[in-house]
Amino acid sequence: MVQPDPNNEDTFKEVTVQSTLHAAKEPEKIILKDIEKHGFNSDAIFAIKLALEEAMTNAVKHGNRGDESKFVHVRFAVSSACVVIIVRDDGPGFDPGDVPDPTTPDRLSQPNGRGIMLMNAYMDEVKYRDNGREVYMLKKNGD
Amino acid sequence: MADETHIKVADSNGVRVIEFCDRKILDELSISELGSELKSAVDDQPGARTLLNFRNVEHLSSAALGMLITLDKQIKDQKGILKLSNINPQIYEVFKITRLNKLFDIHDSAEKALASF
Repeated sequence: MVQPDPNNEDTFKEVTVQSTLHAAKEPEKIILKDIEKHGFNSDAIFAIKLALEEAMTNAVKHGNRGDESKFVHVRFAVSSACVVIIVRDDGPGFDPGDVPDPTTPDRLSQPNGRGIMLMNAYMDEVKYRDNGREVYMLKKNGD
Repeated sequence: MADETHIKVADSNGVRVIEFCDRKILDELSISELGSELKSAVDDQPGARTLLNFRNVEHLSSAALGMLITLDKQIKDQKGILKLSNINPQIYEVFKITRLNKLFDIHDSAEKALASF
């Protein structure tokens, strides 16, 4: 059996779940177990939990627009050096450049729009692919 | 939801002190329940001074921040005051990154927050 390698997406593990907030918790449990096994420190675990929660919520609510007949596909690989998580939805995609900065004075008291900002702040690398349907996130161990 | 399972509400010299029972305020399902419980607690005493104590909380998400902003607005609309306390350093960083440390009145401890009302 090939060991999952964060540098080779062909080796990634895959979990696909129905696009509901309840089902979205399942990949988080599996990935976090793997991360804890690889000895990630508490700050890195905090960051990964937060970014993954945001990515899954975005996929269900915004990507798949609450359509429970759609799915969220999660691929990941963990090593002692880093974790890569790729979250993909079945929606039409989006342009992350269209999401306004939530920290400007006129937007500070708006209750939403902070998920992408937190993912960017807490992960070492965040890339949107396939017209925004897929987000690639990398977190190094020890940061 | 009738039963309060996500918060504990107490009174401290006329200030409504609310503590979270959950260590994680992450997923939207429990945040929606939590938001309803907080709204009910605030509606019970409109205009009251309110302290939200985060001492049990180890994690929160952007949905939780949104819920707090909505609560802050509800309390301000009722001419009340909301303060936050006992936010651990990892979570305080989330407030700093999103600049919500500028929107909320945050204190190191419940004692300091209560003294500042």
